[in-house]
Amino acid sequence: MTSRRIRIDVPALTRVEGEGSLRLEIKGNKLVELGLSIFEPPRYFEKFLEGREAREVVDIVARICGICPVAYQISALNALESLSTQAVSPWVQRMRRAFYCGEWLQSHALHIHLLALPDYLGFDNAIAMAERHPEEVKRGLKLQGMGNALIRLFGGRSVHPVGARLGGFHHAPSAETVADLVEKLKGAQEDARNLTHFCASLPLPDDPQSFICVALHHPDHYAMESGEIHTSTGLVLNAAQFEQHFHEHHKPDSTALWSDLDGHPYLTGPLARLNINHAQLPDFLQARLQEIGFQLPSSNMFHSLIARALEIELALHEAIRLLDEYAYPDAPYNSLFLEPGIGFGMSEAPRGLLWHRYALDDQGLIQAARIVPPTSQNQARIEEDLHRSLSRFGLNHDEDALRLRAEQVIRNYDPCISCATHFLRLEKHET
Amino acid sequence: MAKPRIAVHKFSSCDGCQLAFLNLGEALLQLNEQVEILHFLEAGMSDVSADVDIAFVEGSLSTPDELERIRQVRANSQYLITIGACATSGGLQALRNLDGHHDEWRDAIYAQPEFIHTLKNVVPIASEVKVDLELWGCPVNSVQILAAVRALLFGVAPVDDRDRVCLECKRQQTVCVMVTQGTPCMGPVTRTGCGALCPRFGRDCYGCYGPSETAQSETLARRFAGLSLVPDAIARRFLLINSQAPAFLQAGGVFYRSGAEDPRAGDQDD
Ligand code: SF4
Repeated sequence: MTSRRIRIDVPALTRVEGEGSLRLEIKGNKLVELGLSIFEPPRYFEKFLEGREAREVVDIVARICGICPVAYQISALNALESLSTQAVSPWVQRMRRAFYCGEWLQSHALHIHLLALPDYLGFDNAIAMAERHPEEVKRGLKLQGMGNALIRLFGGRSVHPVGARLGGFHHAPSAETVADLVEKLKGAQEDARNLTHFCASLPLPDDPQSFICVALHHPDHYAMESGEIHTSTGLVLNAAQFEQHFHEHHKPDSTALWSDLDGHPYLTGPLARLNINHAQLPDFLQARLQEIGFQLPSSNMFHSLIARALEIELALHEAIRLLDEYAYPDAPYNSLFLEPGIGFGMSEAPRGLLWHRYALDDQGLIQAARIVPPTSQNQARIEEDLHRSLSRFGLNHDEDALRLRAEQVIRNYDPCISCATHFLRLEKHET
Repeated sequence: MAKPRIAVHKFSSCDGCQLAFLNLGEALLQLNEQVEILHFLEAGMSDVSADVDIAFVEGSLSTPDELERIRQVRANSQYLITIGACATSGGLQALRNLDGHHDEWRDAIYAQPEFIHTLKNVVPIASEVKVDLELWGCPVNSVQILAAVRALLFGVAPVDDRDRVCLECKRQQTVCVMVTQGTPCMGPVTRTGCGALCPRFGRDCYGCYGPSETAQSETLARRFAGLSLVPDAIARRFLLINSQAPAFLQAGGVFYRSGAEDPRAGDQDD
């Protein structure tokens, strides 16, 4: 066995957002090379935000990612609106959370059904899987559709929605439209519950490991559209303090920048959120944790699948709660005056912490922008995880088994490679 | 009859146009009964060099590898359809062509810029290979995609709606945001297809579907000036998501950073 030497090349990873490849080389019982490369071309978003008006930012940053445009819009709004002495109305705050629920619902349902489940049920893709498991796939597509409908309610369309603006929304939906959608959302709650049970019943690998979790925390509710950073190492940071602890560097042979927390890899995303904020889950989800026997915090990355299912239930519940008491507002936004200066903002994108910083000049134009998306934050963690998970899985497995396991490990993070390559490190070109 | 074979390819993009397939819901499963999907990485099908009847292409070209790959896609496909602004006009990322400072940016950002192989300018698919049908929009929507697939399934030429958003507003009896609020709206020169979403939400159209037929861009630019927009603000209206579409580039270019070099894209590579 010691003479065994194999190379595994996955030239194009499937079922991830964006394009990347994986290279493994095993000599004897050692992993001598492991490379997760990302070859998406950079799109230089921060650079052409320079010189744009503050109000244009929401429509521009949405285009960084088609899967989580709402997260980009809300993080940007949080950052820019921090430059105003006025606050957005309570109605706007509540509706932004409902809008954001739509994105968690859509993105998590898409991930579970189209990207992750085929691995566990033994199919290459969801369409092939649908022939054998039509009900499960249809249930997933329905939940994804609910998320899209919720985004459309506030944004007109689910990809690059057009409703969000500084100070609120361009438009408030009518009470009847909201009531119709609430009925449908209620009708999907049972599907969501069944999905959680289904995910929890899958034979997920048991692979505990230790890692640092980073997530937003909000005193009033499970953090989503706002909050402060909490880490499992005990740090509490506001958006302006992010850069003191989180640093990025450029990995050779890749177009992405990787970040670390004071020199260490860390996890952001659903499992990190659940580990940090599980005490704030509503009662019915606390009961669900009992029913499925799910212990939190969890150190098994494969539990990310269950974490997404639970967050689907949470997002549905929250959207219903917020919209059940919907009242048509006097105004869907208030005009904010933004002071020149540097604004910081963040939110919990479906894949994790999404941090923005903008410098605004006295003409109301963006002077500089910096965006740190979740996938670049998770990259170091993914690589660390691959190293130990594959060794623990057993390097003596055949090529197909190793490749599948590696892909599963990567998909646990739901990496969005398009996002990962669309940002810049600002410090350097300021000089 | 054998099912038509299709592929969905991604180039430099945000993945949003592919969602026009992945957001189809149960219609995605029905589509799969009518066609055979051979390549669509995000959905799990990987056969990049398959011969297909229809290739859908998302994203713009921004690296030498992508030029190579699109030629291959063209060679393997009967019919090639670009989906979205990136593929059709270069998209938002083509804004980097305006300044021509790409090399400096790249060197400033990446510790090892030699690993970053990019073209000097971001270009649409049609600048490299023949495109049979262009679907505009950022993003394209499922209706556009399904209409194209159906037309091809029935062997008829897909209809290409090039009307202005303005006309769609009139059809839907939407209040004009330019007339009533003085908002600088791109609707008069932008192609419809979205259903006049933005004006219906009481806001300005920002041109994500690209130029309409015989777009009177200069006239609209003058109108914006009449609404007291400064030259840079007028340029920003035209130079956004479809900045390289000639009708927008020309009108925006006139106002773009007066005194700066000609913003029109050159064609030389790194
Ligand atoms: S056209 Fe717009 S939605 Fe489509 S891929 Fe490009 S940026 Fe994304």
